[in-house]
Amino acid sequence: MKKKNSRQKRGRTLDKFALEELKQILGSDPRRRDLLIEYLHIIQDNYNCLPVKYLHALAVELNISQAEVYEVASFYHHFDIVKEGDKEPPVLTVRVCDSVCCEMVGAQDLIKNLQRILSDDVRVQSVPCVGRCDSAPVAVIGTYPIAHATVEKIQQGVSSNTISDNPPAKAIRMHQYLEQGGYDLYHRLKSQSFDIEAILKTLEDSGIRGLGGAGFPIGRKWRIVKSQASPKLMAINIDEGEPGTFKDRHYLEQDPHRFLEGMLIAAHVVGIASIYIYLRDEYAGIRTLLQQELQELQSHYADLPPIELRRGAGAYICGEESAMIESIEGKRGMPRLRPPFVAEVGLFGRPTLEHNMESLYWVRDIIEKGADWFSSHGRHDRKGFRSFSVSGRVNKPGVHLAPAGITLTELIDEYCGGMLKGHTLYGYFPGGASGGILPASLANTPLDFDTLNEHGCFIGSAAIIVLSDHDSARATATNAMRFFMHESCGQCTPCRVGTIKATELMTQEYWDKGLMQELCTVMTDASICGLGQAAANPLQCVLRYFPQEINQ
Amino acid sequence: MTESDIEFIFNGEPINAVQGETILTAAKRHGHEIPHLCYNDGMEAVGNCRACMVEIEGERTLAASCCRQPSTGMKVNANGTRAVGAQKMVMELLLSDMPGSQYTIDNELQSWVDKLNVKQPRFKSRTKLETDNTHPAIEVSLDACIHCTRCLRACRDLQVNDVIGLAGRGSDTRIVFDMSDTLGQSTCVACGECVQACPTGALMPSGGVGKVQPDKTVDSVCPYCGVGCLLSYHIKDNKVLHVTGRQGIANQGRLCVKGRFGFDYINHPERITKPLIRRDDIIKTAELSLDPSNPLAIFREATWDEALDVAANGFKSVLKEQGKYALAGLGSAKGSCEEAYLFQKLIRTGFGTNNVDHCTRLCHASSVTALLEGVGSGAVSNPMKDVTKADVIIVIGANPTVNHPVGASWMKNSIKQGTKLILMDPRRSELVRHATHFVQFKPASDVALLNAMMNVIVTEGLVDINYVEKHTEQFAELESHLQNYTPQAMESICGVDADEIRATARLYATADNAMILWGMGVSQHTHGTDNARCLISLCMITGQIGRPGTGLHPLRGQNNVQGTSDVGLIPMVFPDYQRVDSEAKQARFQKLWGVDYLDDKVGLTTVEMVNKAYDGIIKGMYIQGENPAMSDPDVLHARAGLAKLQHLVVQDLFITETAYYADVVLPAAAHPEKTGTYINSDRTVQLGRQAVSPPGDAKQDWWIIQEISRRLGLSWNYSGPKEIFNEMRQAMDSIAGITWERLNSESVTYPCPVENDPGKPVIFTDGYPTSSGRAKLVPAGIVPPDEQPDDEYPFVLITGRQLEHWHTGSMTRRAHILDSLEPDPWVAVNTRDALRLGIEDGIVIELYSRRGRIETEVRLSDNSPEGTVFMPFCYYEAAANELTNAALDPQAKIAEVKYCAVNLSIGS
Repeated sequence: MKKKNSRQKRGRTLDKFALEELKQILGSDPRRRDLLIEYLHIIQDNYNCLPVKYLHALAVELNISQAEVYEVASFYHHFDIVKEGDKEPPVLTVRVCDSVCCEMVGAQDLIKNLQRILSDDVRVQSVPCVGRCDSAPVAVIGTYPIAHATVEKIQQGVSSNTISDNPPAKAIRMHQYLEQGGYDLYHRLKSQSFDIEAILKTLEDSGIRGLGGAGFPIGRKWRIVKSQASPKLMAINIDEGEPGTFKDRHYLEQDPHRFLEGMLIAAHVVGIASIYIYLRDEYAGIRTLLQQELQELQSHYADLPPIELRRGAGAYICGEESAMIESIEGKRGMPRLRPPFVAEVGLFGRPTLEHNMESLYWVRDIIEKGADWFSSHGRHDRKGFRSFSVSGRVNKPGVHLAPAGITLTELIDEYCGGMLKGHTLYGYFPGGASGGILPASLANTPLDFDTLNEHGCFIGSAAIIVLSDHDSARATATNAMRFFMHESCGQCTPCRVGTIKATELMTQEYWDKGLMQELCTVMTDASICGLGQAAANPLQCVLRYFPQEINQ
Repeated sequence: MTESDIEFIFNGEPINAVQGETILTAAKRHGHEIPHLCYNDGMEAVGNCRACMVEIEGERTLAASCCRQPSTGMKVNANGTRAVGAQKMVMELLLSDMPGSQYTIDNELQSWVDKLNVKQPRFKSRTKLETDNTHPAIEVSLDACIHCTRCLRACRDLQVNDVIGLAGRGSDTRIVFDMSDTLGQSTCVACGECVQACPTGALMPSGGVGKVQPDKTVDSVCPYCGVGCLLSYHIKDNKVLHVTGRQGIANQGRLCVKGRFGFDYINHPERITKPLIRRDDIIKTAELSLDPSNPLAIFREATWDEALDVAANGFKSVLKEQGKYALAGLGSAKGSCEEAYLFQKLIRTGFGTNNVDHCTRLCHASSVTALLEGVGSGAVSNPMKDVTKADVIIVIGANPTVNHPVGASWMKNSIKQGTKLILMDPRRSELVRHATHFVQFKPASDVALLNAMMNVIVTEGLVDINYVEKHTEQFAELESHLQNYTPQAMESICGVDADEIRATARLYATADNAMILWGMGVSQHTHGTDNARCLISLCMITGQIGRPGTGLHPLRGQNNVQGTSDVGLIPMVFPDYQRVDSEAKQARFQKLWGVDYLDDKVGLTTVEMVNKAYDGIIKGMYIQGENPAMSDPDVLHARAGLAKLQHLVVQDLFITETAYYADVVLPAAAHPEKTGTYINSDRTVQLGRQAVSPPGDAKQDWWIIQEISRRLGLSWNYSGPKEIFNEMRQAMDSIAGITWERLNSESVTYPCPVENDPGKPVIFTDGYPTSSGRAKLVPAGIVPPDEQPDDEYPFVLITGRQLEHWHTGSMTRRAHILDSLEPDPWVAVNTRDALRLGIEDGIVIELYSRRGRIETEVRLSDNSPEGTVFMPFCYYEAAANELTNAALDPQAKIAEVKYCAVNLSIGS
């Protein structure tokens, strides 16, 4: 047989065996383009990586191009694409968080030591915040989280093959929730001619605002989406990824049905056709819990709207509402330009009610207990309460439900058991990595929406990271900027290039303050979404409040 | 300003925006330029570069003016400190990552940097990326990439080739091909739309041509397929540097690999630049033994005078000795209308017969026959781009992504907007991915399938009775004929489930607007005319014609096959399809051409001519730009016929396989070397302009034809294409209203009978140009293919074209990029057949039929169904037509090159 080789072969040949295998593992349900990320998870879970032959097969199976599959797969950091001839990753991955809180307590050393000590069949990855900042430093073996991680604890976990997270043991399950009067409100709402207008009014009167960070009044949001044409969809954001934030995890680990009931009430009031819950991939135990409880719920109520639980794949940006919508549609999580707003043109082009998990968590209580119950809380002329995720140099880190408007000093003293021994307050992030950094001199400022704007900061998801005299604002700000560089979706110039250049400038010994300021301005002014617009906050705060740390 | 306009304040001045307009486009219309990079006319605005930021009063952040629509009274500031600061900083950020040297002289980033006076960037540059030069046509230098995604949108939104992706994220965000493959190894079809879209030169034509300042740019039309894309040649030192698409009705700036990268055949060293006369010592043999790079092995060089004299004297002696019926002429669909017009006029008035034809015979002759019979006109009812207005598209027997790539892009655009595609073909093609129904019927069972669809339409009451009654005749005959063609009965014949037949019939019949487009898969059969009759009837009984987005479109294969047919380069008709056997038409042309005699006998067709040459009846032939020694079916027989000719004059660019048999070879000018009109598949008349001068002594075809005519005693004295065109206008009512001057500024779609008529893209809006004014419904029965597979020859050979090559390959195989993309002959064999026969991908096999035997490489492919093989016919070293069957459709005389019986064996 003669062979010729003069022409370069174009395009890969479909591996038919891979296609057959893929069909097997995907099951027999009709293929849906919007489930692309779910399918990628199935492949990754089965093969511990994404060999391109399966990606090619998936493209054929979904009738889309290879490029479309690849660009989505490569966007999410939990997917390991393996090209022909490349080495597959080790079976086990240990992820070590290196975001602000964990780095403050030695994450970098832990990573270095683990890389040295663990064998080659374990991969050690530094990853952004995994949402357990109250027990920093944190590592995750497979999906199993290790609080206050040490080399020894991790070695032990690896050797005992403790690699899968379990559903939280203390969570109130369906039957318990029902026993405690759960879903009674939803039941009454559905069966009786409950005054929907009264519900809207209660929510409006309570003054509760969206608890994901943007703080849009919840009652008004419901009213806006309700007025849109049907079908309307609902998307729930549990992509809690803001460094320092872990409140959603906290509530879901305890009382998932309080959230689900709020969700169903919202769906009923607003007239929602389908519900999509987007849960970050890092919360594997909660994923199992929600899967189980949603099944319970769906078997309890026959007439629920379709509810889909979607799994993130390692992308902070998908916590941005429009990026999350893109991700639910099975695409790269790139934020959309607004207008149009998602309330008008959202998921699959339909009007969409989008909420942070916690916003729905309080719905039942507010309706049952009345608007005043919520608005009667508050300090320093602020109303309501906030779930503060507190981490850093305090004695009792964790989620603290405290009055809105409380000051940092009050929060530390009354809820967090004071500063750690040997630590003096130096500054704090009032709203996660993106909320900026305030100095100790501003520790008596009320913490709430709008109160921090004049100081160049915002409360966002109420993630308070407390810095002490052992910490450097400059180092934590640089950590934050590196995080944004890593997590930028890459779409727009000010954010994609800006975060890279800013990180470079910040790692210089001498800071070019003028250039940094100019760069911060364009990032804040011209980025498409909140990530890029806020990414400069910590840097700007260092320039403004911590000049002593800067060599000029 | 109209009532719906929006007035807003831009830089302190009130201006208006029309509905849907953005701040950027409204400002531009008022003469205000806002910097922009990711925005590109004709593409979706995505607002990612953030260069066009403006300040809107009352808004917290700046807004991207390319995406934002103004509202009444909105105060927009694009030149204040804040907006300009952002614009400049965006430029500085991008500039900081640019490589030291430029890849293009048209770098949009650099031009904005200059305009905004952005200083030397103060940021560190990113790490240098390696250039990907794995693709022969396109050089990828992602170090100049600004991630604006214009290439991606060009690839995916416009051309819908879906090769380019935006992968990774954050600092790792990058443009990729397929799954981060090199461009050369990717599925890229090299349409080059991305190159045209790239603002910074990250994607450029290979060879650094983008860095050269051209001497001039000449607007012209593409020399390849029937889509008729308009393009610009960028010229340096009398050579084409590169090609860009320009705004044409049919292409809107788009091109394909051939049009964009297939131009340098004109500079190929094998180009003949001097007239050649056959050496006395070289005897003609049927067997081809050709080295096109060494013409002097067969010919000697001559002066034009000598060559023209020998050429003309040869014809004169045949005329004198054997009479006029011993002469014939074959013209070309690749040349201009003017050339074709002169050529047929020469044959008719100089040779004195209608023995003139061209490759349309092997192309859409059957479609034209059926159309002339059914609706009185052989051209399309609607332009190709009308698919964007259709709700349902039927594509049958065509592979437009390969043969009409830009036309296919409109189909894909339309499908993305919700139009449903019914793709009917024995072979799978790229369009399958976009089809709602892929109806994979058995080869040559078109009539069974189409009759079954019509049976469904008739029995389920889906006939448009009003239309049928008002505009058609013979419906009753058709209706009764269709009775036996039930989907159940046809299921086993065409291999398509009865339910699928029903579903597609219903979808087509009930669509608001539906178009049928077809190609050679329909026409190139002994029952090609019957196939086309069925399509016409299908369209007529559902009334799917006469409106935008609704009608019939035979996809014409060559750039000017419509035009050359229109101007009478066919043996039955004078220009404008006026029958040669009509006394009235004869009188008209005698008067126009100043002759007192025109033959009333229908002449010989393409295949017939060569057969008659073989039989010794045709003794002399004049072949201009045509290559029957490659394109005719059963080509060994055709070559033997050509070898028997007493006198053969070939006019071409190269020593083609046909020129091998010539007594005189006349070096002609190539497409970019001449000016003339071309008519695309849409009936649109367009001007091709001379961009470079012909090499050596090569001459323009019109001049050569005129010189021959003079030596045959005709007193022609045309000064050039314009004068010829003006004579054509007198001969052809359909283009009578089109002036040369108008063509200089716009393309015009005929019929355009009087000057200033806008032209008529959609015809048959009210009746038909038949004697009754009605469309004739002609029933068609099942006629089996002439040669069926048997034990000895168990496979069906389907021939066709491939994206990179055109017709017999005489041009494209000499275009270095196209040739390097597809250098060797190949045959596609179904994977299951290959497994059964132990054939591996890439091996060389022998493919043979009752008529010939060739060696070719195998490509395993499931595009061809089991039991069939497919081969492009452009490879001289393994000419597929050595195997094909010359059986003809009885009416149209088209050959059945889509179906013959072959066998294959693994070579030694």
